[in-house]
Order: sequence, then C-alpha cells, then structure tokens
Amino acid sequence: MLAANFLLLAAVLFCIGVFGVIARRNAVMVLMSIELILNAVNLNLVAFALMNNDVDGQVFALFVIAIAAAEVGVGLGMVLLVYRNRRSISLDELSELKG
Amino acid sequence: MTGLILAADGVNVAQNVGFGLIAVVMIFAALSVVTTKNVVHAALWLVLVLGGVAAQYILAAAEFVAVSQVMVYIGAVMVLFLFGIMLTRARIGAEAGLNNTGWQLGIPVAVVLFGLLAFVVLDFTEDNTINELGLAETPLVLTGANNEATIEIADRVLFEYLAPFFGMTFVLLAAAIGAIVLARKD
Repeated sequence: MLAANFLLLAAVLFCIGVFGVIARRNAVMVLMSIELILNAVNLNLVAFALMNNDVDGQVFALFVIAIAAAEVGVGLGMVLLVYRNRRSISLDELSELKG
Repeated sequence: MTGLILAADGVNVAQNVGFGLIAVVMIFAALSVVTTKNVVHAALWLVLVLGGVAAQYILAAAEFVAVSQVMVYIGAVMVLFLFGIMLTRARIGAEAGLNNTGWQLGIPVAVVLFGLLAFVVLDFTEDNTINELGLAETPLVLTGANNEATIEIADRVLFEYLAPFFGMTFVLLAAAIGAIVLARKD
C-alpha cells in the first residue's frame, strides 16, 4: 500500500472541512466541519504511526480524540447560550465587536 | 498518474481495494456534510464519515484507536450534535440560509489548499510503500491479551506520556464543568 494513500485521503477530508468552515453560516454546521478537520488530522497521525512502525502516533490520535470531545461539549454549550440570547445561531449576525 | 500507481500497487490488493471503497464513500459523505440543506442530514452524513475513518484505522492496524473513535465520536459526539440541533432548531426539514453570502469563496481556498497538501505529500512520500504493517517481524505472543499495539499504547500513555495524560484529564474535567455552567438556566 502506498504511503501517500492515507495522507491524500486526509488532505481531501481536511480541505472539505475547511470549505465547510468558510461556507457555512449555521454554528452547528461549522462545528461539524471542524470535526471533519480533526478527523483528517487523526488519520494523518495514525498513518504516520503505521509508516514509522511506532505507536506514538496512535497515542497522539487518542489525545486528539479526547480533546475534540471536550471541544464539542464546550462549543455546543456556547452555541446553546448564543441561541438562548438571540434566537438564532447564524454566525454572521454576531458582529458586535466589529469596529 | 497517482491513480494508476494506486491501482497497480500490488503489495496487498485486498487492502488497497478496501481502502479505495471506504475512501470514496467517505469523500462523498464529507461533501454531503458541507453541502446538504438539512442540518439533521448533515449530522447523519457525518456519522458515515466518522465510521469510515474508524474503518481506515483498522486498515492501518490501529484497532484501539478505531474502537475509541467509534465509542467517542459515533457514540458520544453525535448524540451531542443531535441534541445541539434539536435544542437550537424549531424545524427539522430543509431550510434556506445555511450558507454565508460569500460561500463560493471557500471553493478556491479548498482547492488551492488541497493542491498544496497533495504536492507536499507526494513530494516527501514519493513511491514509498508501507511495508506489511511491520508486524510480521515480531510474531504475536498469545499471552491472554494478544494485541501488542494496545499493550504498547497503554505502556506509553501511563509512562512516557503520563503528564500530558493528566493534563488532558484536567482539560476534560474543565470542559465538562464549563459546558454545564454555560448551558445551565439560572
């Protein structure tokens, strides 16, 4: 199996996630796109573990999975708070800090 | 060029075919996540992507990470997402206005980024192939638990990476308390 296979798939996933972050207006959809990006990174880490024949990459991937779970929890808590205050989770309406 | 190499690489045909099939499904599902007009459908497509990633982990001989992926992402994170959707949405069906006004800008950004990444990846891996998991050199010793990689992960997490592990537990605790504080009505 070519070493580039996993890395190219991860690159595709990463770019789709970046597109989602840029294109989406709904905050929950943006969080889902961030999950795509994090999974692409994890796929890279596991692929590097396989290429180097060492489990360090898998350990890092486990750390990233745990941090991603925490990130989703806090992110959705924030989205919920925004929705409660404004009755909307459109990110382009959150422009109070704009000069 | 790359496609031909991928197809002609005869190291392990079954592994390559499995990889290709899962990869196609994953890419289609990921595109659906970022293009569908229905938030709930996007979450369900995301389940397919996450399951595909878990399958790729198994192909990459990372069983423990694959099981963790299934439990944490498909089990916990997706439930969180569905709750988030239900708590912030009155409607379940398709809706307009999920995209920014300048969403087309994302297409060139993604394409250029992929070009860059693909160039770098192909540049430094060249025609290297992954040797058959490298596991063949060390025959498995059946000592009750016969998964060497998982034993090795446990050793690393509880010895070399103990300090980061403790840090991560604190982050998780802080995140859990923070999420409760944020979402609580008072």
